[in-house]
Amino acid sequence: MKDRHLLGIRDLSKQDIELCLETAKGFKDVLRRDIKKVPALRGKTVINLFFEPSTRTKTSFEITEKRLSMDVLNFSVPSSSVVKGESLLDTIKTIEAYGVDFIVIRHSSSGVPHFVANNINASVINAGDGINEHPTQALLDAFSILEKKGSLEGLDIAIVGDIFHSRVAKSNIYLLSKFNNRIRLIGPPTLIPEIKNYNIETFSDMDKGIKGVDVIMMLRIQLERQGKGFFPTIQEYFKYWGLDKKRLAIAKDDAIVMHPGPMNRGVEISSDVADCPQSVILDQVTNGLAVRMAIMYLLSGI
Amino acid sequence: MKELLNKKDIERIISRIAHEIIEKNRGTENLCLVGIQRGGVHLAKRLAIKIKAIEQVEIAVGSLDIAMYRDDIGMRKDHPIVRKTELPHDISGKKIVLVDDVLFTGRSIRAAMDAIMDFGRPAQIQLAVLIDRGHRELPIRADYVGKNIPTSRKENIEVELIEEGDSDKVILYEE
Repeated sequence: MKDRHLLGIRDLSKQDIELCLETAKGFKDVLRRDIKKVPALRGKTVINLFFEPSTRTKTSFEITEKRLSMDVLNFSVPSSSVVKGESLLDTIKTIEAYGVDFIVIRHSSSGVPHFVANNINASVINAGDGINEHPTQALLDAFSILEKKGSLEGLDIAIVGDIFHSRVAKSNIYLLSKFNNRIRLIGPPTLIPEIKNYNIETFSDMDKGIKGVDVIMMLRIQLERQGKGFFPTIQEYFKYWGLDKKRLAIAKDDAIVMHPGPMNRGVEISSDVADCPQSVILDQVTNGLAVRMAIMYLLSGI
Repeated sequence: MKELLNKKDIERIISRIAHEIIEKNRGTENLCLVGIQRGGVHLAKRLAIKIKAIEQVEIAVGSLDIAMYRDDIGMRKDHPIVRKTELPHDISGKKIVLVDDVLFTGRSIRAAMDAIMDFGRPAQIQLAVLIDRGHRELPIRADYVGKNIPTSRKENIEVELIEEGDSDKVILYEE
């Protein structure tokens, strides 16, 4: 890897992405062993700084770190000095004084991981910043596609839902574009931003949008944003942009269904689709560990 | 640059080590060869073919990647690439012959033994190497040695195998 931080996919080279996916294969094997821990990063310390509520990503990182034999510290905002009025820079400088090797950070403001990276002598991993990027999710999605489809190039991929607020969608668009895929963004026009200079088609009619696609990536409808007028009701949303069996049949027969979680069953995805054989949602969770192990392993070498 | 071993030399060494392994273990019962990525894996496969030719017995061959077990992660210029580890189903109680191309400081072998222990408890671990170039930093020695080659630290040994390169040869060169 060129950079010792992983802040986003946009500036990552294709070679670095390929190295990361290749390395993750080796770590996926580790997860199948009886002893799932390797001493690769023994003696290294990591702090997980989550300024936004998160269970899944935080748990995934924590297991990853323990599997690599790191010493793990968690810092979540409600119990931290931030509520006592400490500035972000002071928090970072304090953490630096502890001598940590890695910082995994999630923040509701875009660009915070970049600010932290410029102010600390440790590797910074972006675990989601505002509406900007969520690079580890895009890498694990790419790994899952590669695993199921055998290739990461030349596919038709639909991303459905609230693209505008989704850092997962953005990181995926950046990554999948580097591998010559055809991307279709599907959702209510109010939730699809204009993204220039990428090979993208947009659809508000889902039936047209998912016709013949290889991969369907569903996004969570962020219910906490309901009432802001992006779409009328949940019932209506499901009717127009929800993925049910009838719609899934419009895609290719061997299309896979992905979701970064947590799912809202009956809002963006029906239960029978979430649990059907084409769904790779739980594989994504497992692959998340392998890919995050690979990332931390590779960053430690710089 | 100097050629230390050619194709024929390597072939004879494999043949001799195969005989030595059978002799020392009085046959092939419970035996299993594990090659260290990458050169060791090819050598382990060649040894298995040779052993089969001598004893008419198929013995298990595994591959082991030690990148995650190294003690110099972050200290090297290039980060070790993670390759495949595939060990026979259950290694507990087995006699394992670790196979590597060059034995140098002994640190790779230490890492390999740690990695194997995470998969089970073998009855015994033996070590076979094509070249022993000295300069040990750990109390490790090989049970089967193709050729002892005293080297200086400035010198480098390169093992080229037909599986990955153009030919079978071992060369010595100065940095």
